[in-house]
Amino acid sequence: MSKMTLKTEGDTYVLVERRFAAPPEALYRAHTEPALIQKWLLGPEGWTMPVCIADAQPGGKFRYEWTNGKGGGFHVTGEYLELEPFHRIVHVERMFLPGPTPDNHVETRFDADGAGTLMTMRMTLPDAQTRAAMLASGMERGMEASYVRLEGLI
Amino acid sequence: MPNLDAAFSALADPTRRAILARLALGEATVTQLAEPFEMTQPAISQHLKVLEEAGLIARRSDGTKRPRRLVAAGIDAMDQWLAMVRKGLEQNYDRLDEVLAGMKPDKGKKTR
Repeated sequence: MSKMTLKTEGDTYVLVERRFAAPPEALYRAHTEPALIQKWLLGPEGWTMPVCIADAQPGGKFRYEWTNGKGGGFHVTGEYLELEPFHRIVHVERMFLPGPTPDNHVETRFDADGAGTLMTMRMTLPDAQTRAAMLASGMERGMEASYVRLEGLI
Repeated sequence: MPNLDAAFSALADPTRRAILARLALGEATVTQLAEPFEMTQPAISQHLKVLEEAGLIARRSDGTKRPRRLVAAGIDAMDQWLAMVRKGLEQNYDRLDEVLAGMKPDKGKKTR
């Protein structure tokens, strides 16, 4: 059974929830320290993040660049709006595919849940069309390998 | 094979989602589908056209009626797509589990 839930809400929200067996502080650090981000925010096997810049302070910018080592790649840029260590991160981001996608406004919360943490991520897209486009075509970037594997299975 | 871009765009509209929810209960005519909405039949027909072009619904001929029904393949394709998006995120979070397990508790250490 999956520990993660991904669902849409209203016309413009996407909600992701996941429980972790670590305290909120560890989650917060793993989301804001480049050396840690580079270890997990990768997508399918074979993809790496050679560039990870994250200036985790209000108004600070971040930039993530991914590559599949075979000439494929894309990047994301964003700005931090609010940071409440070790509880809450609010940022905006957009993907470059290669043109920029509309801004995705993301609130990530880390709430203590027993000995672990409940992470709640709420993405707010500008409108229903943009959300539809993100779900249909934006989020698959970096997931093409999985898709090909899936096609082989069905 | 349904067009996923068109399918997700079709779902971006609340009226079209309500139409799909109604069709999930079974086949329905345009008149029946228009009933719950304060909309003209042409307006509903326009929504049905969008859903049809996205491969989510189909029509049947029954005398002068053209009842609509859900197309399972279209709905399944969206389900599979979302499952794949989920899987990509899950892979990330499974890796994050390992990263967290490897982090030493550093209470007292100054963290930015």
